[in-house]
Amino acid sequence: MKKLMIAILMMALPALGMAAGSSIPLLSANIDLDDKESLQRGATIFVNNCLNCHSAHYMRYNRMSEDLGISESDLKAMMFTTDRVGDTMKVALDPKEAKSWFGTVPPDLTVIERFRGADWLYTYFLSFYKDDSRPFGVNNLLFKDVGMPHALTGMQGLADPIYKDVTLPDGTIIQVVDGISQPAGGSMSVPDYEESVRDLVGFMVYMAEPAKLVRYDLGWKVIAFLIFLTFLLYLLKKEYWRDIH
Amino acid sequence: MKNKILEWVDDRFPLTKTFNEHLGQYYVPKNFNMWYFFGSLAIMMLVIQIVSGIFLTMNYKPDGLSAFGSVEYIMRDVEWGWLIRYMHSTGASFFFIVIYLHMFRGLLYGSYKKPRELVWMIGVGIFLLLMAEAFMGYLLPWGQMSYWGAQVIISLFGAVPFIGPELALWIRGDFVVADATLNRFFAFHVIAAPLVLLGLVVVHITALHEVGSNNPDGIDIKKDKDENGIPRDGIPFHPYYTVKDAFGASLFLIFFCAVMFFWPEGGGYFIEAPNFVPADPLKTPDHIAPVWYFTPFYTILRAIPSIAGSPFPGVVAMGASTLIFLLLPWLDRSPVKSIRYRSTTFKLWVTMFVIVFFILGYLGTKAPSPVFNIIGQICTVLYFAFFVCMPWYTKNEKCKPVPERVTNK
Repeated sequence: MKKLMIAILMMALPALGMAAGSSIPLLSANIDLDDKESLQRGATIFVNNCLNCHSAHYMRYNRMSEDLGISESDLKAMMFTTDRVGDTMKVALDPKEAKSWFGTVPPDLTVIERFRGADWLYTYFLSFYKDDSRPFGVNNLLFKDVGMPHALTGMQGLADPIYKDVTLPDGTIIQVVDGISQPAGGSMSVPDYEESVRDLVGFMVYMAEPAKLVRYDLGWKVIAFLIFLTFLLYLLKKEYWRDIH
Repeated sequence: MKNKILEWVDDRFPLTKTFNEHLGQYYVPKNFNMWYFFGSLAIMMLVIQIVSGIFLTMNYKPDGLSAFGSVEYIMRDVEWGWLIRYMHSTGASFFFIVIYLHMFRGLLYGSYKKPRELVWMIGVGIFLLLMAEAFMGYLLPWGQMSYWGAQVIISLFGAVPFIGPELALWIRGDFVVADATLNRFFAFHVIAAPLVLLGLVVVHITALHEVGSNNPDGIDIKKDKDENGIPRDGIPFHPYYTVKDAFGASLFLIFFCAVMFFWPEGGGYFIEAPNFVPADPLKTPDHIAPVWYFTPFYTILRAIPSIAGSPFPGVVAMGASTLIFLLLPWLDRSPVKSIRYRSTTFKLWVTMFVIVFFILGYLGTKAPSPVFNIIGQICTVLYFAFFVCMPWYTKNEKCKPVPERVTNK
């Protein structure tokens, strides 16, 4: 029903959707926020791999454990920089050092999903490839010359670029990256990795707006009430206007 | 007991008198259609914005370092904060939807014509102030679009000849949009503008109740009164239109809540995606687009070419495109008010204006391109032509006969 509602709204206002401005088509992330286990797995991937350099300044550990049903002991095992559950997900990385390592301070990731979109993030994690000309030896099809290393190499392994020849107007032939090969050397199979990325992106969707877990359900109740109220008011109006011709 | 208290109050304050003047014995035409919901809906939106705004102010911090974080604090840690915030952000867009439809109603039925010129002009004043209010409010979340949108619009003041740079500096309070700008915009957004807005709304309604409402037939109901001096086609606002408007408000809230709960970003038009990145004076976003309700005027700004490197002509055109509404009562020379009885020529001009307004609005959300610029320029010409040519195409208009009494279509 949620999807139907959204579909109706989308039809009501056509020509929507912001152009992402990327060169490659985005893959569909298919996030299911009702799948709490997926969100929990995503949270684990996030704190283990992302939270070393990126912060999530506005996300509180205890809010996460309440919303996703993570036990206190599991939560404690996920906390590296603080032991207070009411703290937000800060990071110990010094911004100045970060700048000298990565060329830029890794952005806070709390609401990054609301900027990029789930599909963008999902595609991003599947678009890294080997590029020895870059400081960390990797590049990204979606985010060209990204300053970040491929933090999930251990899981995915690393893909090789596939080149294609392009003839320039002056006749010279250059090689451009056209796609990427199957990644090799990771601990996970391709479907398992995709599933893990989906978990991670799902968590980032949740983290960007924890209210998403409640606002749809509440929305239906409010709208059901309003439809009933509108019906009653319609009858009331009809009754009052009986004598007006 | 109740009567005693009322008597006691009435002896000291004109409570019953005021109620009767504006509701109980305020006679309005009985043939209002759904277009007439938008006046009361605009009042409802104003109340929603003020109430939700008060609660936001309790937790928001107008400070360059903590503004962005305080909005996220509201979204996460404040009890029902997300609802209050979405109510306010969705409310801003819906306020403009309502106001645009309310203004269009005036255009359809000639509500700006004598004797309602002042009602219309005060209304245009409210519209202009509302745009200022929305513009300043949009800076407060202190995201990239907040910041750069404000940067672009304030820099337009810098295009004013001679005093421009000093003027822009004076508005910003700094050389770039900064903490000082945020603080003063906050002050204007939560106190100055709403205060004047409320006052103007009272004046708007007072002026309206002095002359009485127009109606879809554009007939003056006061011409035909019964022996008690009550218009034969009039009915008291209360209870007839209080119950009807309550129905309208409830119906409207279904749409409002659908967006607020299921689609608060409005596809990136109500809350723009780049605004989830904190303001960064050193990083310009790829494409700076104003919020949708400003885009028709923004396209007009971009459509006018610069002269000697100064975008001032565009600024003048943009200002003129909003101020020109003030002249509408005198540009339209047809004696007939309602579009129901007006000529096909006029109907075609209005249709053209609506299409052009939508195209201008769409173009304003897009990055400039040569094709878009030409379309934008054509639409800008047509936009102004609608007003400038109006005295001619309305002067000897062939109108249909207007009925004596209102109809119920």
